[in-house]
Amino acid sequence: MIEGLIAGLFDGISIGAVLLIVALGLAIVFGLMGVINLAHGELMMLGAYTTYVVQNGAKGLGGWAVESYIFVALPLAFLVAALVGLLMERSVIRHLYGRPLETLLATWGVSLILRQFVRSVNSPMAIGLVIFAALFVVGLWVLRRYTDWERIRSWANPVFFLLSFAIAALAGFILQSSGSAQFTRAWFSARNVDVTPPSWLRGGLALGTVLQFPYARLFIIVLTVLCLVGIYWFLQKSVWGLRIRSVTQNRSMSACLGIPTERVDALTFALGSGLAGIAGCAVTLLGSVGPNLGGNYIVDAFMVVVVGGVGKLVGSIVAAMVIGIITYLVGSGTLALVLSPFAALQPVTDFFTFFATTSMAKVMVFALIIAFLQVRPAGMFPQKGRSVEV
Amino acid sequence: MAVDLPIQPRRTSKALRQKRLLIEAGIVVAIALVLILVMPLVLTGFRLGLLGRFLSLAIVALGIDLIWGFTGLLSLGHGIFFALGGYAFAMYLQLTELPAGQLPEFFSLYGVSSLPWFWQPFYSLPFTLLAMVAIPAIVAGLFGYLVFRNRIRGVYFSILTQAALVVFFNFFNGQQKLINGTNGLKTATSVFLGQQVGGPEMRYFFYVATVIALALMYALCRWLTSGRFGRMLVAIRDDENRVRFSGYNPASFKVLVFAVSGAIAGIAGALYTVQSGIISPQAMDIGFSIEMVIWVAVGGRATLIGAILGAVLVNIARTMLSERFPDVWLFFQGALFLLVVTALPDGIVGWVRSRFGDRLPALFGGPSAVPAYVAEMELEAESYREKELADQ
Amino acid sequence: MSQSVATPLPIADPLTAPMLKISGLNFFYGESHILRNVDLTVPKGQMVCLIGRNGVGKTTLLKNIMGLLRPRQGDIQYEGQSVTALSPDQRARRGIGYVPQGREIIPRLSVRENLLVGYEALGNRGQSINRQTIPEEIFELFPVLKTMLERMGGDLSGGQQQQLAIARAMMGKPKLLVLDEPTEGIQPSIILDIEAAIRRIIATAGISVLLVEQHLHFVRQADYYYAMQKGGIVASGPTQELTNDVIQQFLAV
Ligand SMILES: Nc1ncnc2c1ncn2[C@@H]1O[C@H](COP(=O)(O)OP(=O)(O)OP(=O)(O)O)[C@@H](O)[C@H]1O
Ligand SMILES: [Mg+2]
Repeated sequence: MIEGLIAGLFDGISIGAVLLIVALGLAIVFGLMGVINLAHGELMMLGAYTTYVVQNGAKGLGGWAVESYIFVALPLAFLVAALVGLLMERSVIRHLYGRPLETLLATWGVSLILRQFVRSVNSPMAIGLVIFAALFVVGLWVLRRYTDWERIRSWANPVFFLLSFAIAALAGFILQSSGSAQFTRAWFSARNVDVTPPSWLRGGLALGTVLQFPYARLFIIVLTVLCLVGIYWFLQKSVWGLRIRSVTQNRSMSACLGIPTERVDALTFALGSGLAGIAGCAVTLLGSVGPNLGGNYIVDAFMVVVVGGVGKLVGSIVAAMVIGIITYLVGSGTLALVLSPFAALQPVTDFFTFFATTSMAKVMVFALIIAFLQVRPAGMFPQKGRSVEV
Repeated sequence: MAVDLPIQPRRTSKALRQKRLLIEAGIVVAIALVLILVMPLVLTGFRLGLLGRFLSLAIVALGIDLIWGFTGLLSLGHGIFFALGGYAFAMYLQLTELPAGQLPEFFSLYGVSSLPWFWQPFYSLPFTLLAMVAIPAIVAGLFGYLVFRNRIRGVYFSILTQAALVVFFNFFNGQQKLINGTNGLKTATSVFLGQQVGGPEMRYFFYVATVIALALMYALCRWLTSGRFGRMLVAIRDDENRVRFSGYNPASFKVLVFAVSGAIAGIAGALYTVQSGIISPQAMDIGFSIEMVIWVAVGGRATLIGAILGAVLVNIARTMLSERFPDVWLFFQGALFLLVVTALPDGIVGWVRSRFGDRLPALFGGPSAVPAYVAEMELEAESYREKELADQ
Repeated sequence: MSQSVATPLPIADPLTAPMLKISGLNFFYGESHILRNVDLTVPKGQMVCLIGRNGVGKTTLLKNIMGLLRPRQGDIQYEGQSVTALSPDQRARRGIGYVPQGREIIPRLSVRENLLVGYEALGNRGQSINRQTIPEEIFELFPVLKTMLERMGGDLSGGQQQQLAIARAMMGKPKLLVLDEPTEGIQPSIILDIEAAIRRIIATAGISVLLVEQHLHFVRQADYYYAMQKGGIVASGPTQELTNDVIQQFLAV
């Protein structure tokens, strides 16, 4: 009985930890810019694929590399996702500042592209992309240097974009149709791929006869705690953290004080995206990796942001844990089991039995969230002077 | 300061307005007649079926436009209402012509021996027709009430609708014993009004029904958005607080319009279901619901005709692209999202309008879709100007 | 985005150019014309005071100077160079310190952090300064702040916030200090403190000041005055010439 509850609590916390690590980046970005990034799940997926690639490399090396690939994969996943996030922010999101709904749609567009990208990326496409980036960047640099850029930018930008795109697409197409089968094969199979965790993360920590804490989940909990500590330290103690907090609370005054708000935005977005990459790396320990990996976590992560409220990390922490624990207790049937000895509570037990699957538990959690929002529309820890309507 | 209502009286004279309205009605009827009478001669049965489906999707687009284009509420969960309408009709089709006491076939797979209680009313056609509209409307209204009364809006509202969508998906997906879970309900072999639903006669019947429904829904939305109510919606979109300070309650308007939009989606879902032969939880896929928004955006939000055009065009593009290059479609769709948001915020109709100005027929009329923040600035400036006048 | 900025004046010699020179500035909120052909100059090392009734556009002018609002027409020159195209943070880092109306203290940063944020305006100037500590001069100007470094900025009283806002602006070693009604809603004794601090700043740091003020006593400390009405400058001159007539006309209700 007690063991069951402890095991349930542990599983709930571990679900909460995954949610939290996914939601962390979202919450920070949302707090600063009022932007919800629907491509957050796809940034996770990029982190997961990075882990997969690193692991394949490690398999080639064999031995110790297989055991420790994850410590290379984590920072790499962070970097890859952060770079893609940075690119997103610089190219699209910053033009949509102050239009959160449009930003939502734009990030969804990015998420579709990223999903299809991992399905169909192959060498010709990658080469085409590199050509495109080179043409566009070099072209703009030349233009900026030798012409009156401000005057021509309104038409030069799109024209240059399309031109580079057309050339790159042509090059990619030629490579695609002339290359060998080996050369044009997609990098990742369309089906999900598996990442084998290192052997020290398989199995679990046994306590007594019943309790078993899987190492993979313990690892994720520890990782989440480390991320939290890192973020907390960064926000509270570093110069950039101070800037981020200042801009989050009062953007225009921060600008008047000389804080470069555009760079703060870019950095924060990259940071949030990088955290998604870490989350993606973490969830490879729990299941297989596929283009739709992000979708499984992302909506729950949004709910963490909604329930936690913006602007305070502790809100996200509590929300993630509560949602995780309730989801687990209801979904696994633990609650129904606990209530079953009491005959008088039979209807209640039946009620909880009805919801005792993972997906039905989500139904119940959502109902609870809506109920909660009736009491606290701005979340658990609403930020003073900031309304829900961001 | 004189409290100025967010609603300005229309200046056009009544006679002119009536004339325009007549012209517009004429155009709508003409287009409907072309769709009903000419299209079947031009298109093969398969293509006509596709067009019918696209037109029913255009109906949802109208509903989306009503709340997003006009009222500024971005719903990412309209798949719920679409599916509810579809399920309502499909449940009726499962039961009709069934010998008394017998259950739809799939129930036996899960060992269900008696019909779940909520299926019972769907023996009746009038109830079904009502339910198709009323259930989505009630669900939307209830959800809207719980959310709007707390002044939750903007991105928060959008992601809550998305979460609701996922929840409904989970529910329908997980309940085999109640509604056949993942497999959904098939309608092609059922019999409706003495004919097989999948047969050619019925297919044409539903095509015509779709065209008529689209025309009616267009008229409804046109009516809703052109009068006082419509200007109220736009005022809410542009500056909700100002509406509140003027003594109106924006929440109730939003609940109402959200419910209407849900009902419209329900009708669309029912028509789509019978034309595609199945309704399953896939209709509540996250991507499908967001795609609905892009139809409206492509056509031009806050223009009803834009919603219809966008829905049909994007779906034609999808069919053509995914027939030939299945890989490209997602890239294309993603690029479409980015393009519409960054470069073409007013969509096709907005673009046409900006090129040809005011000389367009009333069909393309209606309030403009300037991004809310611009309108907000102008509105604010206007109120300050008035204040200034009052001060002097 | 400024649509048609008047052709920038020829770049003046930064040594002799005035600190700030605004010429032909026009600003609109939507369609309402808020600032009309404003010309205003702040000479180096001088204190200039802008007066005018509520709602004439003083704050709007200062926001244009900071870059929070973009003029439709006109040019703003700072140290002889046009800053009209620069963003607020770039202007701040060039040495314009801003103390806004309403103080705009960052509410959930501690007083210490609010002050440290003030260093941001240093940019590349003052590389040698240790940006982790707060210099004693600040506490000499505003002794109250020393006792409440760890309190949240949002929890201070209005008067304390005002002092914090000025101190914060001083952290960035501005060359031009722009103050918007620093004595608004503050009790007389604190007003005297603030006045004394500002006088001391001018005396010791030798910076230029543009001040929006309603308090006559304070206005009289300035070297020059500009009077504003309905968005335009209607009178200006040395403060000695600021007669009661002018005051009656443009300030009294
Ligand atoms: N965001 C805004 N949108 C439209 N008009 C505005 C806005 N802010 C201010 N105004 C108007 O611009 C005019 C000038 O305002 P401003 O704040 O510059 O006045 P002020 O001279 O600073 O007044 P006070 O002495 O009360 O501070 C006023 O008529 C005001 O109503
Ligand atoms: Mg003012």
